Amino acid sequence: MSVLDSEMWPIVTLTLRVTATALVIASVVGIPVGVWLGLARFPGKRPLVALVYTGMSIPPVVVGLLVYMLLSRSGPLAFLEWLFTPTAMILAQTLMALPLITGLVMGAVAAVPADLVWQIRSLGATPWQVRWAVLREARVGVLFALLVAFGRIVSEVGAAYMVGGNIQGHTRVLSTAIMMETGKGNFALALALGGWLMALALSVNLAAMRLHGRSL
Amino acid sequence: MNGPCAYRLENVTVQHGLREVLRLPRFEVSTGEILCLVGPPGSGKSTLLRLLAGLQRPTRGQLWFQGKPFNHKTPLAVKRTITLVFQRPMLLAGTVRSNVEYGLRIRGEAACRQKARAILEQVHLTHLADRSASAISGGEAQLVALARALAFAPEVLLLDEPTNNLDPARVALVEDVVLTDHKQRGTTVVWATHNHFQARRAGERVALLLDGQLIETAPATDFFEMPRDTRTAAFIQGKMVY
Repeated sequence: MSVLDSEMWPIVTLTLRVTATALVIASVVGIPVGVWLGLARFPGKRPLVALVYTGMSIPPVVVGLLVYMLLSRSGPLAFLEWLFTPTAMILAQTLMALPLITGLVMGAVAAVPADLVWQIRSLGATPWQVRWAVLREARVGVLFALLVAFGRIVSEVGAAYMVGGNIQGHTRVLSTAIMMETGKGNFALALALGGWLMALALSVNLAAMRLHGRSL
Repeated sequence: MNGPCAYRLENVTVQHGLREVLRLPRFEVSTGEILCLVGPPGSGKSTLLRLLAGLQRPTRGQLWFQGKPFNHKTPLAVKRTITLVFQRPMLLAGTVRSNVEYGLRIRGEAACRQKARAILEQVHLTHLADRSASAISGGEAQLVALARALAFAPEVLLLDEPTNNLDPARVALVEDVVLTDHKQRGTTVVWATHNHFQARRAGERVALLLDGQLIETAPATDFFEMPRDTRTAAFIQGKMVY
């Protein structure tokens, strides 16, 4: 396999597909939950916030282990037959991205001045309009949350290896391919794959910066 | 006092932790009047305005608006007749125009642009309509905040020291815009200020708050010419050090 041959493209496209899908699912759940946690006051919020913060630093191999146990033949979700499929990798990456997005969005929303939230309410906004307006005010933090989550899941190798199996043409992504080629001593190829990974990260960051620039 | 009772508060207290920041055995605002709340910083003016805006609940006591209990069960349509302009302008991200249109847009009102233009003309800021709200001066931002509040024609306008950081010309403009709106539409105005000259110019009634307690409420002339309480006299004579 060389840097530009036909075997490379499936790896790059699968990497993008798995990461993008996980990021979208985690955002759809994590952004609303983060906004709610950032604005709401209720008994039991502290332990919930502590749980989210703990989830932000959970090691990928632990997530991989949990997903593996869920999906393995003796696991409760074995009937889905997801183990060693891209879907299992998406599940693992979603579980990694979810607390990151939730926690960082919560922090960004909580940093919006209380007077501004009061001002929005006093202009007659409904609770949903308040949440939407606050989310717009916290958009830089939300964008940052998405970038951090993307960076974490696109480069993680532990969970992807455990639940995906690094099967050529099926579940091999850039990070697992780098690990494999390094193990085989193919450092030049591993470096080239690393270059692709960096290029992906750079493209996403540039796109985000462009979006950020427009919204300000 | 002018018309029927807009607000009535009975035995209201507000505590922040163990500290009591407001204690009002009885307090009323009439429909269509301009009531100025005066008092030094930290006297409870902002807390009282937040209660009247429905942004904060009293720790104890009862609050009525237009004869009905005013609390979290109050319909949004009723709450939307009240608005509060804060001491700091608190503009949203976007242009000056989008800020002024905000209250109209969330109410689904038609002709937002025309209404926004009309109110921007009143505060002499038409030329800034398409400017980013983050790129205007503090004084301009405060005028935008006032325009945003008046754009949807509230029945009750609550002002929390909106002229604190303005130059004299803009102070006069704010007073003129608020008083004109009051005359034209009969808006009920509760205006917190620590500037007793402003209270004298704008207020029909004036109330002095000190350490969270209502010291004296009286028609503006009586308040300034014949204060009943020695603390009121000290405040208006500028002898109160705070």
